[in-house]
Amino acid sequence: MATYDIEADGLRGLNAALQQLAGTTPNEPWEVVNPRGSHAIAVGLDAPLDVTIKGSTGYYCAGMNKQATIRVAGSVGPGVAENMMSGTVIVEGDASQYAGATGHGGLLVIKGNASSRCGISMKGIDIVVHGNIGHMSAFMAQAGNLVVCGDAGEALGDSLYEARLFVRGSVKSLGADCVEKEMRPEHLELLADLLERGGCDARPEEFRRYGSARKLYHFNIDNAY
Amino acid sequence: MTDHDPRIPRTAPIQSATFSNPINAEIRRAAATGIYDIRGGGAKRRVPHFDDLLFLGASVSRYPLEGYREACGTNVTLGTRFAKNPIELDIPITIAGMSFGALSGPAKEALGRGATLAGTSTTTGDGGMTPEERGHSAKLVYQYLPSRYGMNPDDLRRADAIEVVVGQGAKPGGGGMLLGQKIDDRVAEMRTLPKGIDQRSACRHPDWTGPDDLEIKILELREITGWRVPIYVKIGATRPYFDVALAVKAGADVVVIDGMQGGTAATQDVFIEHVGIPTLACIRPAVKALQDLGLHREVQLVVSGGIRTGADVAKALALGADAVSIGTAAMVALGDNDPKYEAEYNALGTTAGAYDDWHEGNDPAGITTQNPELAARLDPVEGGRRLRNYLNVMTLEAQTIARACGHNHLHHLEPEDLCALTMEAAAMAQVPLAGTDWYPGKPGTGY
Ligand SMILES: Cc1cc2nc3c(=O)[nH]c(=O)nc-3n(C[C@H](O)[C@H](O)[C@H](O)COP(=O)(O)O)c2cc1C
Repeated sequence: MATYDIEADGLRGLNAALQQLAGTTPNEPWEVVNPRGSHAIAVGLDAPLDVTIKGSTGYYCAGMNKQATIRVAGSVGPGVAENMMSGTVIVEGDASQYAGATGHGGLLVIKGNASSRCGISMKGIDIVVHGNIGHMSAFMAQAGNLVVCGDAGEALGDSLYEARLFVRGSVKSLGADCVEKEMRPEHLELLADLLERGGCDARPEEFRRYGSARKLYHFNIDNAY
Repeated sequence: MTDHDPRIPRTAPIQSATFSNPINAEIRRAAATGIYDIRGGGAKRRVPHFDDLLFLGASVSRYPLEGYREACGTNVTLGTRFAKNPIELDIPITIAGMSFGALSGPAKEALGRGATLAGTSTTTGDGGMTPEERGHSAKLVYQYLPSRYGMNPDDLRRADAIEVVVGQGAKPGGGGMLLGQKIDDRVAEMRTLPKGIDQRSACRHPDWTGPDDLEIKILELREITGWRVPIYVKIGATRPYFDVALAVKAGADVVVIDGMQGGTAATQDVFIEHVGIPTLACIRPAVKALQDLGLHREVQLVVSGGIRTGADVAKALALGADAVSIGTAAMVALGDNDPKYEAEYNALGTTAGAYDDWHEGNDPAGITTQNPELAARLDPVEGGRRLRNYLNVMTLEAQTIARACGHNHLHHLEPEDLCALTMEAAAMAQVPLAGTDWYPGKPGTGY
């Protein structure tokens, strides 16, 4: 186990060391101590690394991750795992705004709650939130799956494209062009897999599925406001 | 109907300046369709511009340099503030970001080829980086846009600089729209969206708002790229003094400021013509912001929006820019709006020089299209050569002017080399009205 103390040795050294492993298959896990809300921790990784951050982080933790498994034993600030391409990011606590924003792939698991705009503009990432999510989540979400075991805030899935949204609890309101859709067997199967990978014991049958009505796909004045 | 008495002269029919023919046509079009007009290009109305400035040239009080004999440097280095590898360019004219999607693959390749031959950089755009443009651009700036279409950390690491796009001069505060006609399989796949649908690009970034967040975003981009490449921040010209100051505070190595004449691939006409300020009006406040921070020339300023000639380049530099950037002019050099396609422009209901339906994908010149047959009309090698020639001519023109003003580098041009033809231009450029030592709005009155 390699241990890195951000407070003592600085952010640059950590990211440089982790990024240097790009293209390798490291087998030694990394533990990062004293994050104390620092921004941009463990960003731009590109190797099947196993990194645990012992504490809470600031903005953009695990940003643009590829391949690595990054665990945060704490809560995260805005934009965790933004634009992730692949790999896994697990947050033990809560997440601030824009969790998983524009993510193209990989899995983001938030064991607590996520704030507003969770999954904004997501482009293929899978996001599993054990708790609730805030308003405007999955805004303009293009592809991927967002699973919410708790409740969703206002305007869920506004201007949604092809992303699939699964919510177990209540949805305060749906955004423009977002509608409830039938849960078919293939969706239950997909959801079962996501719940398992996200470490949730909820049953797929308890969820409702939301998706795009696809009415905004072509510019039409009657849809503008 | 009463007969007209021939002894009484008729009143002449007078067209209204307010309700002009183009305005009335637009009212009728709006009434018929219920949809605002979307088009490409920049502001078409006349606004104070570089044409309203003149160079004074050397005489008794200053002496000139010999036209073809005495050296006049043109190189520029961008990104000297924090980046380990600043961008070194032979000429202070760069190619602005234009998306693959808005432009065809061969057009992007031609831009890369031309820029490389001329010793300058080119820029990606909304929609991501294509292998063709990376392969043909010796120096490629990667745009980081609100839509994050095609955004990929591998491309980020392949870039020679990163440009965080906050706004464009054609539409400060606005997003984008790529109509379905232009979304073929490749464009759709790069943007992770279904083929053929109209694609909106967001007007602000999904994971930050405001200057304090931007500072953290820039930190993240630097951490991902190891502090190697310069980070530019591109803004549409609106409140240049404050926006430039805040971009610098957020950590920009280079600030790109784009005036209202700047082109766009597709935006509402009302946005293009009525939001933002002219290029001429934004340079002095931008330079003042850098000077007040003690960072003029350390954070480089790139100006764009309506740059067409070496005179425009020289004027922008004289007002304090470090470099300029061109979009529309580069397209024209490749063949956009060429009268040789007049019959086809006519068939599209327009004429060469006025064609601006770049969003529709029917470009006779094969530049703003994804239709393979039309795109094949542009030979990227020949296009690159034409762009190189044009960039060389602009550079020679700017050098000619600089030598005439007695300078051995384009960056030695200064406001004192200029005078203005109009009161507006004098006020905006803060150079005296020709033949006087006076301009409206002396410095110190604030912006
Ligand atoms: C066809 C076209 C596409 C453009 N696409 C982008 C873009 O993707 N991102 C961006 O920041 N600016 C874009 N722009 C604006 C240019 O980067 C630049 O600001 C502008 O063209 C400069 O003004 P000029 O056209 O008068 O030279 C585009 C402009 C044109 C003409």
